Amino acid sequence: MQTKTPILSIQNLRRDFKMGTETVHALRGVSYDIYSGEFVTIMGTSGSGKSTMLNILGCMDRPTSGHYILDGEHTETLKRDALAKIRSQKIGFVFQSYNLLSRTTAIENVELPLLYNPAISAAERHHRAIEALKRVGLEGRMNHLPNQLSGGQQQRVAIARALVNDPVIILADEATGNLDTRTSYEIMMIFQELNRQGKTIAFVTHEPDIATFSTRTITLRDGLVKKDVINETVQDAKEAFEALPPPETFEEED
Amino acid sequence: MNPFTLVKIAIRALLRNRMRTFLSVLGIVIGVAAVITMVAMGEGSKQSIKEQMTAMGTNAITIMPNQSRRGGVQSESTEMLEEEDVIAIREKATYINGVSPMVSVGGQAIVGNNNSPTTLSGISADYLKIRNYEIEDGVMFDDEADRMAKVCVVGQAVVRNLFGGENPIGKTIRYKNIPLKVIGTLKAKGSGDFGQDQDDVIFTPYQTVMRRFSSTTSIRQIYANSIGEGYAAKATEEIMNILKERRSWTKPTDPFRVFTQEEMIQTVTSTSDMLSLVLTAIAGISLLVGGIGIMNIMYVSVTERTKEIGLRMAIGARGKDILLQFLIESILISLLGGSIGIGIGIAASEIIKSVMNWPMSISITSVFVSFGVCCATGVFFGWYPARKASRLDPIEALRFE
Repeated sequence: MQTKTPILSIQNLRRDFKMGTETVHALRGVSYDIYSGEFVTIMGTSGSGKSTMLNILGCMDRPTSGHYILDGEHTETLKRDALAKIRSQKIGFVFQSYNLLSRTTAIENVELPLLYNPAISAAERHHRAIEALKRVGLEGRMNHLPNQLSGGQQQRVAIARALVNDPVIILADEATGNLDTRTSYEIMMIFQELNRQGKTIAFVTHEPDIATFSTRTITLRDGLVKKDVINETVQDAKEAFEALPPPETFEEED
Repeated sequence: MNPFTLVKIAIRALLRNRMRTFLSVLGIVIGVAAVITMVAMGEGSKQSIKEQMTAMGTNAITIMPNQSRRGGVQSESTEMLEEEDVIAIREKATYINGVSPMVSVGGQAIVGNNNSPTTLSGISADYLKIRNYEIEDGVMFDDEADRMAKVCVVGQAVVRNLFGGENPIGKTIRYKNIPLKVIGTLKAKGSGDFGQDQDDVIFTPYQTVMRRFSSTTSIRQIYANSIGEGYAAKATEEIMNILKERRSWTKPTDPFRVFTQEEMIQTVTSTSDMLSLVLTAIAGISLLVGGIGIMNIMYVSVTERTKEIGLRMAIGARGKDILLQFLIESILISLLGGSIGIGIGIAASEIIKSVMNWPMSISITSVFVSFGVCCATGVFFGWYPARKASRLDPIEALRFE
């Protein structure tokens, strides 16, 4: 499934933060390519630079030096508005704490990224939001508010929101961090399914078992790539889920 | 993002905090309503004063003794006006087309069982044209032929009060036991003249008052009429010269005060201008306070929704989109407040007008200006919070709890 040209290319990326008089080197020269169709987990302990990495990958931050080429476009020199446009059209974000707008229905939450793309009409926005919700299995919950949904369902809405603009890459930041194991595996099932359909995914996590569901794992340590391995045996999330001991009490999820 | 969507988002955000929105709107409502009502009040009183003054005759000139006071004590040497002054002015002045003394007596006018505390005014025939009175029925007395005659001309209020609305001509009014025969009635003029009913008058030749009622030779006031607008100053100067000449006046101070209706209008309107300016300024301050209320609430809103702003930015909103979102919220607050404020301001003005019977004049300008100020308030006070929001760093904002 890998093609020759990478969808995302990072070359000798550095990011320094000035903390008073000291300079913290969060990234000290990171290089890697991600190819279309890969499911990459980026691992590392806290302080390894993985959050900084994700912020740069998500075009919310710019590197101090080095190159970041996303879908053929150099992003390191872009201005705020141009970065916003890339975020709006090429990136789908999934956060640890879902970050859904409260008192806003699931479908409206999913439509949100398309609001910032003037090329998309209201009708198309609605249509695409429905399609995205179908892909995460929430077609029956479209008009529910976030507080009427379980954690897993909220994260599925967030995944649908990340899908709706048909991004070149989905960036997930500890997307299972707030969920129990069963629900985590359910979410990983969705990510694996999306990956099988061809979506490129970069998934930041510190949980080793989550990494086993991905096709490749990049481990960061002290701002450098410590390990970058292709997973020979990818664990199937559905099988892992079914192998879990049945829950003692039924969760609120349907 | 298209403007319609932006407005929709703003409305939803405002509805999410109904109480807060309501209070911010209320601030603007009170400000705008206050401005409109205050301006209506100011304009109304100014107009009504002007109308009254105009009704009194725009070219009218009043001459009064100059009662110079020192330490509250009236000085001995006050010059009094006399009948000869009236005659001199009538004969010599060229910028005057009418002159009349005014001597009055207070008392009860009695007809049968009816009585009325109407002042008896001694005048000459010219007085009618000076003060814009017209004869409705009968005739006006003649200065020469009716000198000291026991005749009178009455206003419509007197006809109503003393004669029960019947034609009074030929009938007699008793005033301080002296019978005065009614020879004419005046056309209704309406109230005015600072609350005094201009129809509640009894006119009689001034010589009748001076000789029969008060036995005096001095005249309290002389009224004159300049030949037209713009001649008031010349007429004033001329009158003063005539009066001085008769007395061989050499003192530096003028013996009399002569003031024109135009001056009176100016004095009164400049006072009421000042008053309405103060009223409007106070109302304007309340509008400003309302605007600060918006700014405050928008700051709270931006802080509270930092995470939402971060999310919107993360999924592709530009700084400009965020700026517009918050700006539109504050503009909506002020537009809503402005519209309701205009409604309430107009309603309040109408209520004050009909219930308290105050002269109110709703000025279209004040409606437009306060609405404009309102929009400007929304933009101005919404700008800083909105800009603050638009400049947030998405990473920091997303981390905000």
